Amino acid sequence: MAEVLVHVDHVDGTVRKPTLELLTLARRLGDPVAVHLGPGAEAAAAVLGEHGATRVLALDAPEFADYLVAPKVDALQAAVAAVSPAAVLVPSSPEGKEIAARLALRLDAGLLTDAVDVTAGDEGPVVSQSVFAAAYTTTSRVTQGTPVITVKPNAVAPEPAPAAGAVEELSVSFGPLATGTRVVSRTPRESTGRPELTEAAIVVSGGRGVNGAENFAVIEALADSLGGAVGASRAAVDAGWYPHSHQVGQTGKTVSPQLYVAAGISGAIQHRAGMQTSKTIVAINKDAEAPIFELVDYGVVGDLFDVVPALTDEVKARKG
Amino acid sequence: MSLKIVVCVKYVPDATGDRGFTEDLTTDRDAVDGLLSELDEYAVEQALRIAENVEDGDDAEVTVVTVGPEDANDALRKALSMGADKAVHVEDEDILGSDVFGTSLVLAKAVEHVGYDLVVCGMASTDGAMGVLPALLAERLQVPQVTLLSELSVAEGKVTGRRDGDAATERLQAALPAVVSVTDQSGEARYPSFKGIMAAKKKPVESLDLEDLEIEAEQVGLAGSRTRVESATPRPARTAGEIVTDEGDGAKKLAAFLAERKFV
Ligand SMILES: Cc1cc2nc3c(=O)[nH]c(=O)nc-3n(C[C@H](O)[C@H](O)[C@H](O)COP(=O)(O)OP(=O)(O)OC[C@H]3O[C@@H](n4cnc5c(N)ncnc54)[C@H](O)[C@@H]3O)c2cc1C
Ligand SMILES: Nc1ncnc2c1ncn2[C@@H]1O[C@H](COP(=O)(O)O)[C@@H](O)[C@H]1O
Repeated sequence: MAEVLVHVDHVDGTVRKPTLELLTLARRLGDPVAVHLGPGAEAAAAVLGEHGATRVLALDAPEFADYLVAPKVDALQAAVAAVSPAAVLVPSSPEGKEIAARLALRLDAGLLTDAVDVTAGDEGPVVSQSVFAAAYTTTSRVTQGTPVITVKPNAVAPEPAPAAGAVEELSVSFGPLATGTRVVSRTPRESTGRPELTEAAIVVSGGRGVNGAENFAVIEALADSLGGAVGASRAAVDAGWYPHSHQVGQTGKTVSPQLYVAAGISGAIQHRAGMQTSKTIVAINKDAEAPIFELVDYGVVGDLFDVVPALTDEVKARKG
Repeated sequence: MSLKIVVCVKYVPDATGDRGFTEDLTTDRDAVDGLLSELDEYAVEQALRIAENVEDGDDAEVTVVTVGPEDANDALRKALSMGADKAVHVEDEDILGSDVFGTSLVLAKAVEHVGYDLVVCGMASTDGAMGVLPALLAERLQVPQVTLLSELSVAEGKVTGRRDGDAATERLQAALPAVVSVTDQSGEARYPSFKGIMAAKKKPVESLDLEDLEIEAEQVGLAGSRTRVESATPRPARTAGEIVTDEGDGAKKLAAFLAERKFV
């Protein structure tokens, strides 16, 4: 059976959930072979194997941490040369997309980004994408070379499928471009203790209606009662009320949770672009005319400072 | 020595319009009005700021480049009225339908034609939104990519910037020549002044086609595209949800809805 490369997104060997989703999709196309760059391959291999990786091609080299993007392109290119895969799947993070694009250029191959689904077709993988702020769903195919596909979080539920997951050393010779952009310093983001925004099953977001950084505690309390992540509109981020890393929308994160709660958010097209594919959408807004209500499964016209805290209490009471 | 800055700007359909596809499944560019991509205004702004702050005794020249149809000229005029010095418009009917590899090839050749120390791009185009063109441009030009910067500066032949990633904030540095892209966190773009708008009318716009750039028609356009869209389906309209007005019981009703959907 053909092999399919999966680029592993991890933090020091702790594999992030989207990679497990990619392994699940990869099994539709062939035998998944994971590519693990950086430290922690042995620990990662256990998890990768559980989710279907037959092999884990691994290399820990200082270049991966010290320079931007290009060293990882060299490594994936070496992995493609070693494996001759039927396709390469990469998590659709900003870095993942850049790596995938440069890889495809070198391979003289087609690229499809931000896939929301990947299935096997007679002529290779069929990729679904959601375009124009999720107004359309398209299906596309790569017509030249080894398909390189970046896949969004939550495209599929990760399924365990035990496989060998044997670690093999990947051999890479770095090209002259690899050391072009130096990472002078790196400040890891502090953990909030809440689920990762793009991976969360429930997201509670606040907008301009929240009216102040300190008031975001109201949004956080609801998120915590539901076990969700916290998001924000660009208006709230630009006002300095919540960090940019939590922005949902065109120039922030795209989320596709089971439940999205928008409080004090009008629902501008650029915000919709980042949340429109959520399964269930709920909004609280005091303006009955707000466009967000066009999207909702359930909407409450009211003041968020009345509704959100009361909802938090209701949720806590129901959960006991 | 003059610092040569090239800004890549795209002419895009207005995001607030009703965007769609033509019969051959390319973006329908006639259905809605076009404009300079808002995200590329940030690129023009940063280029102008770098040009204004060049080291003593030095100067800088900002050239804006676009690949696109005749109307894309509007995007160039806007950038010129913001303060760019000159413009290059690559237009050729064979470019129509290009994928990102075709576009990046044309842009790379155009940038080389102009000559550059620094190429500045937006973070993504508001229509295609792949956000990978700057990385591809760096690969094609064989220079460092310093992308998705929320802050940047140029000094002593180096570009330094801040990239806010998913897991960490990184400070990046590379020697020029380099390709950078900037986010919408990099600083508000200026509005063109009346004087700027008048001055822009006299600034040079060079027109180039594929032949000028020594690119074969098969390398670009639908012919050179490495992917094919097979279907485009409008997203089914969401079934109208229930909307209630809070009369003190809004939270209770909402909680009941969430319970019914098994979220609590
Ligand atoms: C290129 C570009 C990219 C962009 N990218 C993004 C993006 O990634 N994400 C994003 O979100 N936006 C983005 N925007 C901005 C977007 O166009 C909107 O300006 C923004 O989403 C508005 O945020 P908002 O809904 O919080 O604010 P507003 O539109 O001001 O809406 C606030 C809402 O809160 C309601 N409200 C006020 N007080 C209360 C209260 N006490 N209780 C209940 N409701 C209340 C009001 O009725 C109103 O509907 C982008 C714009 C551009 C041009
Ligand atoms: N046709 C084009 N002409 C000029 N610049 C472009 C074009 N397409 C993309 N760009 C540049 O590349 C950036 C990223 O585009 P994209 O990868 O298409 O999202 C944009 O913000 C522009 O700076």
